[in-house]
Amino acid sequence: MKIVVCIKQVPDTNEVKLDPVTGTLIRDGVPSIINPDDKAGLEAALELKEANGAEVTVITMGPPQADAVLREAMAMGADNAYLVTDRAFGGADTLATSTTLAAAIKTLEYDLIITGRQAIDGDTAQVGPQIAEHLDIPNISYAEDIKVEGKDVIVKRQYEDRYHVVKVQMPCLITALGEMNKPRYMTPGGVFDAYRTKEVKVITRADLSVTDEVIGLKGSPTKVAQSFPKSVKPAGTKVILDPKDSAEYIIEKLQEKFII
Amino acid sequence: MDFTLSKEHEMARTLFRDFAQKEVKPLAQEVDETEIFPTETVVKMKKLGFLGIPIPKEYGGQGCDTLTYAMCVEELSKVCGTTGVIVSAHTSLCAEPIKKFGTPEQKEKYLVPLANGTKLGAFGLTEPGAGTDASGQQTKAIVDGDEYVLNGTKIFITNGKEADVYIVFAMTDKSKGTKGISAFIVEKGTPGFTFGTKEKKMGIRGSSTYELIFTDCRIPKSNLLGMEGKGFGIAMQTLDGGRIGIAAQALGLAAGALETTIEYVKERKQFGKSIAKFQNTQFQIADMATKVEAARLLVYKAAIAKDTQKSFSLEAAMAKLYAAEVAMQVTTMAVQLHGGYGYTREYDVERMMRDAKITEIYEGTSEVQKMVISANLL
Repeated sequence: MKIVVCIKQVPDTNEVKLDPVTGTLIRDGVPSIINPDDKAGLEAALELKEANGAEVTVITMGPPQADAVLREAMAMGADNAYLVTDRAFGGADTLATSTTLAAAIKTLEYDLIITGRQAIDGDTAQVGPQIAEHLDIPNISYAEDIKVEGKDVIVKRQYEDRYHVVKVQMPCLITALGEMNKPRYMTPGGVFDAYRTKEVKVITRADLSVTDEVIGLKGSPTKVAQSFPKSVKPAGTKVILDPKDSAEYIIEKLQEKFII
Repeated sequence: MDFTLSKEHEMARTLFRDFAQKEVKPLAQEVDETEIFPTETVVKMKKLGFLGIPIPKEYGGQGCDTLTYAMCVEELSKVCGTTGVIVSAHTSLCAEPIKKFGTPEQKEKYLVPLANGTKLGAFGLTEPGAGTDASGQQTKAIVDGDEYVLNGTKIFITNGKEADVYIVFAMTDKSKGTKGISAFIVEKGTPGFTFGTKEKKMGIRGSSTYELIFTDCRIPKSNLLGMEGKGFGIAMQTLDGGRIGIAAQALGLAAGALETTIEYVKERKQFGKSIAKFQNTQFQIADMATKVEAARLLVYKAAIAKDTQKSFSLEAAMAKLYAAEVAMQVTTMAVQLHGGYGYTREYDVERMMRDAKITEIYEGTSEVQKMVISANLL
């Protein structure tokens, strides 16, 4: 079985601070990480590899420095890595990104594609399902658990108040929830192999069978109309009361605000 | 001359830091308070290959280098001195001498499980009457048929009761002095091998420090490590490498105390402002950071020297001497900057200061390091 996992390099939002004057994110000096949902997807793929035997390939689209997340993925146990990078891909929105990634994945062999649900720097949750559309394969999003039975994949798909267990034939695409597992650590030997014996293969514009109109800025219909910082909530009040008084206090406050 | 770390070393550091912060730091205070060996952490480290970092892959190790190993001990010790020394004693003092002096059969039988984490290692040289003067070994090993019969006592043994494999030194011919000392590989559970007192220590309290007792303990001749009579040299060369591990532990303790103190002085307010705004604090932090960086350069240089030079004993002794002194100085300054809180067990710097003291003592006191350094120069 061949599994392709799409990952994205994102700033570690736990480490991002807001500029107090402009209210924008200060990205300088912020460490880059594998997007958490993608990392869970990679862990799921590595677990499937251990359970059923599989070849796990990671792929990312990004600037040359995205090499680091691919090396990290290999240090965790991925077998192959592809970096899709070219100035022609710059300025892509989700549609152009998914078009590019799908074109790159077409050059690889796959039975199963796993992506994260969404990236913490964009929160769109669109790229995974769009890739499935481009490749004309089924998509199951919000996976909480993935199992393989022969040519089928059994996915526990999470909803707000329930979950569905879905059986689907491969090839298919699954988007993974960050909560589905606890991704493994790298190993020291894995880190050394990732840099010293393994290779990150590069896919550029010239390698893809797509027109210029569907990639990069040109292929991006999304226009950002306005962006503004979220208003910061006040610190709130802290009261320490016994349970009975606490309940009364909460009810009183909720009534004050006409919530109940 | 380039002081930039390679990308693989940077990524390995990220891994060690991540593991130390998430898995080790939350337990450090409890490990110290209860003096319980952190078995759970050791199991996790075994799975991740932290117990075989500089051992080649053919022997079940990670195939990395001494610098990566030193960085692992450093990052672990930043948050828990106990966890740092468990890895250091296991790797430097047990796996390394088998890697260097073991026969192919010994490597297969002992190095592979040590490197892949199935077994934990320890090293028994010190005796009640043989500390700095390691030549005064009283433990005897007498040949009887295909076996050696060991009798004697070792003290202050790190990983003492938790280890599975021990490198033990004993006199095979007392008349020859240090040339009568030999090294042996002893397995836990060998009849006649028992444990004595558990030491109650000032610091690294979760480390299992035990007395090893050998009473007519029979071990096969095939467990002689190196040649008979070459044990003293094996011990000294092993300790050269061990000093890099302890220097890295000392560096970690100092660096950890510095990081914790930087956070604290920014939060702590006195006279209406954070104490980081006072010049005394700023100068103290500057001194601490400079000492830590100098220690780091010496430790990394010694680690690289071990992999690239024939002899690294001078570099290792300088790194251990300096890093241990820095650990003591910086943790003491850290406690001072924390004021009264720093003297309480609620704050990590109190434990770090207690943990730091041993780095000036074990695997060769600071005075022994000075002997080694001057012997290389005079």
